[in-house]
Amino acid sequence: MSAIEPAVRSGNAPSKLASGQIQARRRPAKAQPTPRHKRASITLGILMTAMMLYCLVPLWWLVVNSTKTMDSLYDSFAFWFSGEFALFDNIVETFTYADGIFLRWLGNTVLYVVVGAGGATLLATLAGYGLAKYNFPGRKAVFAIILGALAIPGSVLAVPQFLLFSGLGLTNTPWSVIIPSMVSAFGLYLVWVYAQEAIPDELLEAARLDGAGEIRIFFVISLRQLAPALITVLMFTVVATWNNYFLPLIMLSDERWYPLPVGLAQWAAQASGVGTDPIPNLVITGSLLTVIPISAAFLYLQRYWQSGLTAGSVK
Amino acid sequence: MITDVPSSRANKPVTGSTVAMLSVKGRTRRKLNWSGWWFVGPFMLLFAVVFLAPLVYAIYLSLFRETLVGGNSFVGFENYAKAMVDPKFWDAMLRVTIFLLVQVPIMLGLALFAALALDSARLRWVPFYRLSIFLPYAVPGVVAVMIWGYMYGSQFGLVADINRFFGVDLPSPLAENLIMASIGNIVTWEFVGYNMLIFFSALKAVPQELYEAAEIDGAGAFRTIFSIKLPSIRGAMIIATIFSVIGSFQLFNEPSILQTIAPNSITSYFTPNLYAFNLSFAGSQFNYAAAIAIVSGIITMVVAYLVQLGGEKKEAKA
Repeated sequence: MSAIEPAVRSGNAPSKLASGQIQARRRPAKAQPTPRHKRASITLGILMTAMMLYCLVPLWWLVVNSTKTMDSLYDSFAFWFSGEFALFDNIVETFTYADGIFLRWLGNTVLYVVVGAGGATLLATLAGYGLAKYNFPGRKAVFAIILGALAIPGSVLAVPQFLLFSGLGLTNTPWSVIIPSMVSAFGLYLVWVYAQEAIPDELLEAARLDGAGEIRIFFVISLRQLAPALITVLMFTVVATWNNYFLPLIMLSDERWYPLPVGLAQWAAQASGVGTDPIPNLVITGSLLTVIPISAAFLYLQRYWQSGLTAGSVK
Repeated sequence: MITDVPSSRANKPVTGSTVAMLSVKGRTRRKLNWSGWWFVGPFMLLFAVVFLAPLVYAIYLSLFRETLVGGNSFVGFENYAKAMVDPKFWDAMLRVTIFLLVQVPIMLGLALFAALALDSARLRWVPFYRLSIFLPYAVPGVVAVMIWGYMYGSQFGLVADINRFFGVDLPSPLAENLIMASIGNIVTWEFVGYNMLIFFSALKAVPQELYEAAEIDGAGAFRTIFSIKLPSIRGAMIIATIFSVIGSFQLFNEPSILQTIAPNSITSYFTPNLYAFNLSFAGSQFNYAAAIAIVSGIITMVVAYLVQLGGEKKEAKA
């Protein structure tokens, strides 16, 4: 019960968005605690700093080592800069290696994210809203099927998915990555939970009495109310699609259609084969270039996440 | 309690009925008509292609056997019978079960500690800590494994530097006896921040009145944690546990990428998922792979269900 309440309270967020002043407010004014300035605990500070270091040190390692030449990679202290500052050379080499395949992978990833994650967000928003606000024949069946799907581990479906797509002639094309990326059962669940509380039935009734059609009501009225949930779902699907490895690994054999993670894994594997050309400096720089855009998007949008995450924790 | 939230909600036409909407009663009051399908239809169409059809196909596949001469022949539950006595499959299952029992409590414990610390009002620079701990979640799994893989390695990593600096000879994290712990560390690094955020946002949602009441009653910090905070976020804790259980049974990216740098430590049947993948894509045994995937899927769902049941039972008792 306590879990439902916050979502009801955060019902003031949509109207803020509607009036154009989007704010990353974590809770409404009433619930804001008067900052009880307790004495800062030193023990807590030390423990949390240790945890923060644990989380940041590998990223620090990535930044430092992408500035090194191949030689100093091997013979310098791994956590500090050393030798020639080769970051820009590494970046140039990453983009030009093997006829600029990295740029192609970057383009593929952007394509999969825009169409896949964008489509997933749109479909999940439409469907979550439909489930929350309409009572249609088969509604209960839809609901049961989707909740069931949330519990099915994706790996069960991987092989038959590949075989089906292969039968349809879609493997080794962008569609084999995009179509599965467009279905987000978890996204639907988030929107559904959120829509129930953020959009009052009476608002829809009033619009209907005014003669607005259902599609029009959705785009003009409901979509605004759903904005926080939509952003949450978008971030989840963007991150999932940008970082996806398993699905494209199975579906694609032509490296010209690889997204970045699969391409990078292939470069890394090149280091261990016999008679191959190890390129750890490009793997490391390429990794950094893969992390930067998604982290930036993530850091920018993460403040909108909270309301959705809270909604997701409602049982 | 909800209706009296002031001005910020005043521009919304309804307040009191929000509560009614939550109940099933409020929902069934709506007229039954087909227009909902306009919204749900497109999703369900793709869902059928991506989820339902492969699921049915997987079950179909698992009941057949491909033979060189006779083509596909129906064998009933033969593939399942084979899986039941396949030592490789159970070896993989045992491995992910041990992983689950060790890694998940550590990760969720750390995440819970961090969330409680951030929520405690006794920590400065909260947004800074929160972002730093959350950041690894944005790092692609492949990149995370590669960074840690390099750091584990003896050439240009953390272990190599420690060995050189102190003149010691630490065991390699990529050796057979340590590889599970090394993978556990990578998974913990990737997901501790995500789980922390789930717990933290659930904590933020605890009604402030409860804390005030506790303070008046003279409850200390630990009493507040155990009597108010933890019971209030039980739902979030159950969900985080279920996702972690599913994730453990599905373990694939980390071992499959580490395999290239530690081929002697990671077998082709290291986890059930890796086994099914190798059976189908390296061995063309699609039928048997489907059976393996279904059995491990069923085990996963049973365990996830038990977790949920356990969580709910405790709640009923409390």
